[in-house]
Amino acid sequence: MSNPQQTPEAEMARDPHVLLRVISKFLIPLIALFAFYVQFHGDYGPGGGFQAGVILAASVILYALIFGLPEAKKAFPPRLIRYGMTLGVLLYGGTGVLNLILGGEFLNYSNLAHDASHGQHYGILAVELGVLTTVTTVMIAIFYAFGSRQPETSDEDW
Amino acid sequence: MNLIFAAAADAPFVVPVLLLDISLLALLVIVAFAIVRMRSLFGIVMLQGVYSLVCAAWFVSLDAVDVAFTEAAVGAGVSTVLMLSAMLLADRKSTPVPMRRQLGALAVVVLAGAAMLYAVGDMPAFGDVNSPANTHIGMDFMAKTAEEIKIPNVVTAVLASYRGYDTFGETVVIFSAGLGVLLLLGLNGNAGRWVARPNGQMLNDHAAPSAALSDDNRTEDQQAEGET
Repeated sequence: MSNPQQTPEAEMARDPHVLLRVISKFLIPLIALFAFYVQFHGDYGPGGGFQAGVILAASVILYALIFGLPEAKKAFPPRLIRYGMTLGVLLYGGTGVLNLILGGEFLNYSNLAHDASHGQHYGILAVELGVLTTVTTVMIAIFYAFGSRQPETSDEDW
Repeated sequence: MNLIFAAAADAPFVVPVLLLDISLLALLVIVAFAIVRMRSLFGIVMLQGVYSLVCAAWFVSLDAVDVAFTEAAVGAGVSTVLMLSAMLLADRKSTPVPMRRQLGALAVVVLAGAAMLYAVGDMPAFGDVNSPANTHIGMDFMAKTAEEIKIPNVVTAVLASYRGYDTFGETVVIFSAGLGVLLLLGLNGNAGRWVARPNGQMLNDHAAPSAALSDDNRTEDQQAEGET
């Protein structure tokens, strides 16, 4: 305690958002994990691709708010956005086209497996993954596009 | 109204739920009036987040947990952040609008509100077995999901399988929204001509790099070289 730099007050003065940083560092992995729970538990409980995608994007956006946009762009590189948003739509549409190729109807997943209800399970899984990918990347894309156009938030704005 | 009170009298456990609903709706009205009266845009954006969060709580009380999820994540989370980003590019305070220019808006709001109040009489009671939502195709979905798709959550079965076309359309809409934003704001930083002057600060491409997808294929050293 002899060093004044070590006191909590000095620490707070140096970095006024240290509490925010510590708590959100703890929360962000939990938010991302919850997104995947919502995604893969969607067959049994409330939730699905759209909700999971928004929650996953919210975890990246929270990271960007607390640690800054450049750090967030290292964690989730913007070049992933192009691939993510197109792959999601292609995965959804591709599932329907696969049904057509297998001799069924567009987006009727019954012929994806020997048992019709198993085929429905696989189809729903693939389709929800497509929704998750598109929603996550589009939300992050919109945030990056708006957030990149302004200066760092000054302390008076808080 | 008589129906609600009759239901409340029949089942005593409904009363706390009724009180919760009324207090949540009252909170919504209070927040809405606070938003209208406020001039600080920062406060307004924050109150909009509060409004969405109270909405989400109310949806949970109505057993619509999916909608509550979405409202909390989109309304209170993502859109608050996007409104903040937009506000930081504009001003911090809204200028008051003179009273006579608000008369048209007042007329529209009063008319729309009166029309909605008029329509309330035709709405089925909450949870009514004979309401259109509970009599037609909804019951088919409830009956057939267990044997055709065999997953417990009927909402997922309807969204992803029975109504797969709709959800595909929604995904394409989201994709187009992202594409539009990237084309307008993101892809090449407006070809280097973008300048803005928010709050007296001059901003240009170098001060505010865009999402700049093309730039991120280069390493930081290469970017530093490119700028010198």
